[in-house]
Amino acid sequence: MKLHRLLLAPSLGTILIFMALPIAITTLYSVLTPAQYGGVIWEPSSEAYIRLLFERDIFDDTLTFNTDYLQILGRSVLQAGVATLLCLFIGLPTAWFIATRPAGQKSLWLMLVTVPYWVNLLVRTIALLLILRDEGPINRALHAIGLTDGPLPLAYNNFAIGLGLVSSFLPFMILPLYAAIERFDFSLLEAAYDLHANRRQAFFEVVLPILRPGLIAGGLLVFIPGIGSYLAPDILGGGKTLMLGNLIGMQFQGSRNWPFGAALSTILMAVTLIALFIIARRAAREDA
Amino acid sequence: MQDQEDACRLTGLGRTYGKGVSAHRALDRIDLTIRSNEFFTLLGPSGCGKTTLLRLIGGFDQPTVGEIAIFGRNVAGLPPEDRPVNTVFQTYALFPHLTVAQNVGFALRMLGRPKAEIAATVARMVALVGLEGMEHRRPDQLSGGQKQRVALARALAPGPKILLLDEPLSALDAKLRQRMRSELKALQRETGITFVFVTHDQDEALAMSDRIAVMQGGRVQQLGKPEEIYEAPANRFVADFIGGANLIPARIGAGGAMSEGLGVVPAKGDLGAEVTLAIRPERLAILPAGLQQPGDLGPLRVTERIYMGNELSFRLEGASVPLHVTLPRGGLRGAQDFAPGDSVCLRAEPGAIRVLAS
Repeated sequence: MKLHRLLLAPSLGTILIFMALPIAITTLYSVLTPAQYGGVIWEPSSEAYIRLLFERDIFDDTLTFNTDYLQILGRSVLQAGVATLLCLFIGLPTAWFIATRPAGQKSLWLMLVTVPYWVNLLVRTIALLLILRDEGPINRALHAIGLTDGPLPLAYNNFAIGLGLVSSFLPFMILPLYAAIERFDFSLLEAAYDLHANRRQAFFEVVLPILRPGLIAGGLLVFIPGIGSYLAPDILGGGKTLMLGNLIGMQFQGSRNWPFGAALSTILMAVTLIALFIIARRAAREDA
Repeated sequence: MQDQEDACRLTGLGRTYGKGVSAHRALDRIDLTIRSNEFFTLLGPSGCGKTTLLRLIGGFDQPTVGEIAIFGRNVAGLPPEDRPVNTVFQTYALFPHLTVAQNVGFALRMLGRPKAEIAATVARMVALVGLEGMEHRRPDQLSGGQKQRVALARALAPGPKILLLDEPLSALDAKLRQRMRSELKALQRETGITFVFVTHDQDEALAMSDRIAVMQGGRVQQLGKPEEIYEAPANRFVADFIGGANLIPARIGAGGAMSEGLGVVPAKGDLGAEVTLAIRPERLAILPAGLQQPGDLGPLRVTERIYMGNELSFRLEGASVPLHVTLPRGGLRGAQDFAPGDSVCLRAEPGAIRVLAS
């Protein structure tokens, strides 16, 4: 074997051990039979995938269609989607602001964006909960100035989860957008105005299409971890509103149904890959 | 010319950047009238204010003082998209995500014109700049010259009253630049649109312009036809910047201008005035010192002979400043060649010596 092939060995090995192997195990476990106290019995079964869509009657074994799990999947997609859009609306102006600062100031602003991320995600999520809860500073302040009688329900709901997702993943939107805007040739904007585009037209016809790669990168970096997020729904949702990540976690902890957890993981992975594939195909077609 | 209205009138136009002691006056109260259907050039070295002036006309920047009227209409505060003016940018600024046809049709689409009209105009513009068959290419699939043509077609498509061109040829190689010069000039005649062209290249300016404004230090140094600018420079800067000139300090005496080492040079002026004599290097003949007559400059010594293919140039010493003479190669036939060390004198063509205030 030639030396230059050996140079690839560390990365290939890492991918193999920490990515390919776990994915293979997960997929394999999803088609096995659950053991009583966790783990699997080496007996093929499609029960996990059937369970996703149907409920098996415990007396007569008949299957009835059940949308409980599909709802959780849908809610996860929706939550992640909304969080991605919110990150976009917050991230685009922020990235634009940073990218248009004088050269010496940019790194300072970028550092400020990343400062909160020096603190562990769990700590940040709990801190957000402390701010949002009934006795938190927001509710106390609102009460003190007489705007509200009782505490607003800020924590333990979809709003809190969304806020948690946005605050967790916002930099993943800002940074790729910053890189795209940094490369943007601002004379194109002058050209657009010169060619009778108003501000709105210049933004939608010139700026957005050219920033598209950055938008897609940022969107994926927020959406993909968002859809499978665990901490925000667990802590900020108080475990009341399940998202896919929590459902999967439950299967390996409380419910001890490893194959079902593995099946959910596989489905999540498949949904993500299909979305990526569609985006990549569209991007390739538009560049052709 | 059916339209005698002025295309663009600038009145007391000034633009200052910064404040207080660090203020930089990029434009210093410019008064200028650009006529309709004219190929007008703003010529000057970098930092002379020519690009600032163009940006003010285009609406990309606002004047500190003064007024701009385009075809009689004051355009103060009017944004670029509302001015009947389009620009060919120095870097072309083509939209990378759009095809040639989409780039050319951009302005009409922004104006909400019907699709059929856009298609027809795009086809006409693409043909005008000779890019048929390239309609569906993207800018990154085009050569520099082709990009240049797209930029031209794109700016002409909405039918501007004035086309602003910001050093559009500077990114092209020398051969292509030559060809685009004639094409630009022809395009201007064909379309009848007023062109305002910015360049630092005097050859470009002389070759294409109907009139030239030579700029320096935020002011117009001279305004005139190419011949006037070249043959009758108004001051030292113009004489030196356009084509180069021998600039010789002298004092007006009885019978002519007295200059160290040159004797009495035929020139008129107020007696005793300190002046600068400007003489184009190609309007001097070089002769052996022995043939010197009254009125000739010399005697001088050849210090350098520079062969440049189409012309031959000599550097001479003996006057208060080194002098340069340029002969077309044809001019040497029958005339004597000289080598460093030779003693010579110079004979100026009639009218070749211009007297400028120092």
